[in-house]
Amino acid sequence: MTTLTLKRAAAKTGFALSVFVLVSPAILVFLWMLSLSFKNEVDNTAWPPVFIPNPPTLDNYVQVFAKNNFLLYLWNSILVTGGAVIVGLLVGVPAGYGIARSKSAKFAILILIARMTPALSYLVPLFIAFQWLGLVGTHAALLITHLVITIPIIVWIMIGYFENIPAELEDAALVDGCTPWQSFRYVAVPLARPGIVVGSILAFIFSWNNFIFSVVLGGKSTRTLPSAIYNVLTFEQISWGPLAAAALLVTLPVLLLTVIAQREIVAGLSAGGLKDG
Amino acid sequence: MTQTTASALGPTAARGSAPSGKPYDFSRKYWVFAVPATVIILAVIVFPWLFTVFMSAGDWKIGGGVEFVGLDNFRTLFADERFRDSMRITFIFTVLAVVIPVALGTAAALVFHSEFPFRGVLRTIFVMPMMATPVAVSLVWKMMFHPQLGVLNYILSLFGIPPSAWVFSPETVIPTLVMVEVWHWTPLVMLILLGGLAGLPKEPYESAVIDGANGWHMFRFITLPLLWPYIMIALIIRTIDALKVFDIIFVISEGGPGTASETLNIFLYLQAFQFYKIGYASAVVVIFFGIIVALSLLLLYTRQKSKWNA
Repeated sequence: MTTLTLKRAAAKTGFALSVFVLVSPAILVFLWMLSLSFKNEVDNTAWPPVFIPNPPTLDNYVQVFAKNNFLLYLWNSILVTGGAVIVGLLVGVPAGYGIARSKSAKFAILILIARMTPALSYLVPLFIAFQWLGLVGTHAALLITHLVITIPIIVWIMIGYFENIPAELEDAALVDGCTPWQSFRYVAVPLARPGIVVGSILAFIFSWNNFIFSVVLGGKSTRTLPSAIYNVLTFEQISWGPLAAAALLVTLPVLLLTVIAQREIVAGLSAGGLKDG
Repeated sequence: MTQTTASALGPTAARGSAPSGKPYDFSRKYWVFAVPATVIILAVIVFPWLFTVFMSAGDWKIGGGVEFVGLDNFRTLFADERFRDSMRITFIFTVLAVVIPVALGTAAALVFHSEFPFRGVLRTIFVMPMMATPVAVSLVWKMMFHPQLGVLNYILSLFGIPPSAWVFSPETVIPTLVMVEVWHWTPLVMLILLGGLAGLPKEPYESAVIDGANGWHMFRFITLPLLWPYIMIALIIRTIDALKVFDIIFVISEGGPGTASETLNIFLYLQAFQFYKIGYASAVVVIFFGIIVALSLLLLYTRQKSKWNA
């Protein structure tokens, strides 16, 4: 009897230990980021390292906003990502519906390959094309390029959701005199709302996180946040505090979204099983 | 949920008629819904693919002139020591960045599949690295790798381990970048396999318990075979993602020291946007694209097969 309880206690401890080993690297990197961003420069370069900011300072954050065009880059990110998600939804939701209902396997394969293709390989031809059009360095070029991210993920997720909605409901609407557009708009879309939420969240995250498009196509005043912290902050100031503060601010919206909408994200990713290009 | 998307592609997709017996004849109109997306996809996705193939057959002068050179770019590429080296580095990186996350992700999925206190919160924390902006966390990793002031060398010193050069030595740069990639993407493997575990039948376990099987036996002879299709999917997705890795290497090591971490993607970026060898870079894209298409089709095949078996 005692050996059994001992065994059980050992198994429990082992399990707790494995949870700890799995979760701690994830949390530690973010905690270190937080710690760096709230410490002054002396503590950030101290040896041995200072772990808990004492006293915590907001100087790094003040510096991010005062010395850089952080708000401009934030606006660029909102404009590009917001625009690409909205256009992605406007064309992607109907497309997912059309593909799901017409069971067009070829189109679905095209979407999958589009989703898998490295972002960088779109960039070479699009860069040349935008050069001809004189669009390099504009918001328009960035927004159009971000459609490469948002449209495939939204279409792919919507195909899955529309397939799960029985077509009989729409047929009934058609019999009652609805046009195909009306049966889509008033029957299928409301039922697929969870899918639209999942699709927009994932499209938002992957577009927000994109770095390389803005490095190549973004101008000094149009670049999005990820390329701005890389270009502006890393070269103009080597100090760790403001850099960590900026990095945290860039990734904060996405982390908050992950925490708030983790159920939807998990559903979307295990459904699509695919990540960003 | 996991398998629904595959049904658009599978033979099961052919739905005959409504339960009422009334035959469908609506399907012909549905393609209209895909027209706006198709126009955009043709412009920003299909056009770049075709244009890249065209560009790869040319020598692009900086002034704007193009000279048709046929397959010369590909010939030069295969003779290019730096390209072959980048293929080798990509291969090593990919093998490590596939095997380790899939092994760890499987373990993590088994852990998160069982009930324990705070499971939801801990799972959210575990998934966070995957969602975080790669550039932002890469900058933090870079600070942690600092040879003199980095926190990682301090932690090593606590255990009496001599400091590592991390990304600042050609010997350790690839394992270090693999570590970051493992940190980043193990959660995705975990999520895919968690979805797989949720769908497993209960009966085999019940009869195994009656037969006196222990935990390892149940994992080895029941869970693993049933989970195998999902592990295959995770392996293929990881392979594609590991081949595509760019942000973390670009930010943390910039392909260095020297060319020690110059993967295919970094090589491609430098050729295109540093040296402006557009034709040459396009040839790299064409080869890259071929690999990705092959893997995507393998993924589709695996998904369908797992659907048929299920």
